[in-house]
Amino acid sequence: MVSFTVNDKRVSVEADPQTPLLWVIRDHLGLTGTKYGCGAALCGACTVHIDGVAARSCSVQVSALEGKKVTTIEGLSPTSSHPLQKAWIAEEVPQCGYCQSGQIMQAAELLAKNPKPSRAQIVEHMDGNICRCGTYHRIIAAIERASKEA
Amino acid sequence: MTIMERDVARQGPELSRRGVLAGLGGMTFCLALGTDGVDLLGDAEANTMANAQITPWVRIAPDGTVTIYSAGAEMGQGSMTSLALILAEELDADWSKVAIEFAPADADIYGYTFQNQKMMAIVGSRAVQLYYTNLRTAGAQVRKVLIANAAEKWGVDAASLRTEPGFVVNPATGARLGYGEIAAFGKVPATLPAVDAKELKAKKDFRLIGKTIPRRDTPLKVNGTAQYAIDVRLPGMVYATALHSPVHTGQPDGWNDAEIKAMPGVIATVRLTNGIGIVAQHFEQAMAARNALKATWNKGAAANYDSAKALEDYVKVHHDPNAQTTDIDKKGDANAAFANAAKTYRAEFRSDYGYHAQMEPLNAVVRIAESGDKAEVWEGSQAPDATRDEVAKALGLKPADVTMHQCYMGGGFGRRSLGDYAAECARIAKQVNRPVKLVWTREEDIAHGMFRPQSFQCVEAATDASGKIVGWRHCVVGDGATLLHTGIRPLYYEIPNQHIYRRGVSHGIRLKHWRAVGHVFNTFAIESLVDQMAADAGMDPIEFRFQRMSITPKARKCFEQVAEMCKWTDKRPDGRALGISVTERSGSLGAGVVEISLDRASGKIRVHEVWTAIDGGVIVTPGAATANVESAILYGLSSMLHERVTMKDGAVEQSNFHDYNLMRMSDLPEEMHVSFVDVDTRPTGLGEIGNPFIGGAISNAFYRLTGKRLRHMPFTPERVLETLKA
Repeated sequence: MVSFTVNDKRVSVEADPQTPLLWVIRDHLGLTGTKYGCGAALCGACTVHIDGVAARSCSVQVSALEGKKVTTIEGLSPTSSHPLQKAWIAEEVPQCGYCQSGQIMQAAELLAKNPKPSRAQIVEHMDGNICRCGTYHRIIAAIERASKEA
Repeated sequence: MTIMERDVARQGPELSRRGVLAGLGGMTFCLALGTDGVDLLGDAEANTMANAQITPWVRIAPDGTVTIYSAGAEMGQGSMTSLALILAEELDADWSKVAIEFAPADADIYGYTFQNQKMMAIVGSRAVQLYYTNLRTAGAQVRKVLIANAAEKWGVDAASLRTEPGFVVNPATGARLGYGEIAAFGKVPATLPAVDAKELKAKKDFRLIGKTIPRRDTPLKVNGTAQYAIDVRLPGMVYATALHSPVHTGQPDGWNDAEIKAMPGVIATVRLTNGIGIVAQHFEQAMAARNALKATWNKGAAANYDSAKALEDYVKVHHDPNAQTTDIDKKGDANAAFANAAKTYRAEFRSDYGYHAQMEPLNAVVRIAESGDKAEVWEGSQAPDATRDEVAKALGLKPADVTMHQCYMGGGFGRRSLGDYAAECARIAKQVNRPVKLVWTREEDIAHGMFRPQSFQCVEAATDASGKIVGWRHCVVGDGATLLHTGIRPLYYEIPNQHIYRRGVSHGIRLKHWRAVGHVFNTFAIESLVDQMAADAGMDPIEFRFQRMSITPKARKCFEQVAEMCKWTDKRPDGRALGISVTERSGSLGAGVVEISLDRASGKIRVHEVWTAIDGGVIVTPGAATANVESAILYGLSSMLHERVTMKDGAVEQSNFHDYNLMRMSDLPEEMHVSFVDVDTRPTGLGEIGNPFIGGAISNAFYRLTGKRLRHMPFTPERVLETLKA
């Protein structure tokens, strides 16, 4: 059994130690906002924070989480009012929406470290997150907006 | 495995939509779509038709909430919102009180008529254009009923009353009745009032259409609550995944069944016609078992297929007089035009296979009732009616015994309209007698993909003594029948003598519609040759089209508008060049320009700026329309510069996003400019129109920059380097 914190709640999970965190979050804990896209840390749809650091949950084994603090899209803000979430709505970023939890979690890490990123810094930080609908320019605009309004 | 902290689990959203509506007070309007459009049925008729499962389309609750069912399957394009908005416009509903629900999967009620068939498939940018008039009429009918009820209550002539959003008002007295208030006492007549087309609102009176109205699904997509089929969780549900024959059309001979069944959590293995299903307690266990499968396959038709070699063989097919030939368009006398030409032009083009790469890997959930005579399916489907039919067929049930719960789609792009993986899930669920969620891995999604076909094309043109284009020949060679020739007829040019035809082959490779599919490679070929002729004539490419081609007025307007947007004739910075192309799709027409630069050492093309002017008729939701075009532009850039599926020995060589390269943020143009031509004509499709002009525009810009022409898409750095050397 592995015990850790998810969105400020203690959880204990009985799962094979090698189970990817992604499936623990989605299927064992029912937090389905974190998405499966590639299973190989290539697309970023499954991005969560582990102790504040963005991580691809499809490629982190649950055994590595003992005592750690995991934040998912559901835990980013209890009222969906994180500056990025508000900016995502204002810029009408999502289309199919499937990658957006991962995009927002990736962006949240950036703003936590660097509240006023340049466009180049945004692109560098976000380049591992694929959006097949092509909302990249709106993601940049939303991050810039959140950065200004936060 | 147990969940120790139950509070962490989020409650799933309400899955039963019919259930929500049942038992509420108020007025219900039902729609039956006849062959000639929508007929609204009042309560009385609906009640008499209860056994036929007529389902409400519009409901007005006493609290004023107007619930509208939307047949707009939502894959990111926004038509779930747009379709409801069209109805709400004519109903004069208060948009803040409109709730939208997915329409049930029942094409007899909610389908549109296409080629004499009722269907709900949201493909080919059809949603808004095919439902537009019907939904306006339906909204106007409901509004008339509300007015009639208010008139009766007030004892006045209905013709003297007006509506404001959510209210019927009497201008003479200032009296007002909310739609909810009317619903509480109102009666729906047995026969609903007719609405003449002239009674529909004029464009200038629209309150919702053409205004800045946000999509309804946006808030759910920033906090993880939007429900995709992959998120559905049912009591007692188990997880499945599948390994299909690596060679398309192959079948499993055998596999290490005992070893797989002994793996942790594995419940069952299921023989599928073209693969093996694995069922486990948890998805990660099913995935692990899939990875441990050692299967032998009966290889099927495509066993020795080599895509690169086949593409080269297409040249021979093109020259083979005995090849299977299908005429697509014959006009005038093309042979005579070429025989009498002052000058002729000829160019060959090639294109590779393309993969949809929707972000949500294909999946479905199926639950079969204990009695075995009913089933439910959850899927994100472009064609919920097809899903229902396919699941019913897989289970030996009637479609009416299958309930389809539509979900948001994590991208569609043409892949999700067959119900194939839902049917596969149903077969597995039947075997294991439990609710099953089937998820294909990304590797499976690619290996067992259905692709935009590869093609070889030969395009020829003939000019007369004045330099006008008088003859046109276009042959496309490949597999995929009609998929190959969408967009091959240049509807924006009126060429007097043309012969357009297909030479078909068959490889046994799975093919499918793909965001404008044939338009992508056909438009590339057409517009590259036109640009070549303009260069040969020493003319500006836009002027060439205006003077030497009979361009349609609609296309001319788009060219003029985009030329103005991009300041076409202005000098560009050193190392940059513009290229232009026109395109059409689903009734819409657009002209687009790209500005590119080239790294001659690496062969990497960079697109810096994109402009497009589109005639899409009345724009229902400008925000979503613009987003659709931007999306298609980037889909086009990604496919033209990066994406390529190849096959060896009948198997796909790519396996995930490390070798099937999608555009990333760092590849993004600095600016994209989308504009619509201001017209008052019926809306046409906008989901794909932004895509097909990209290939021609990039290759034409490349010519301006280098004097060389790109003839094989995608324009990968290797191909660019080869072209530069040639």
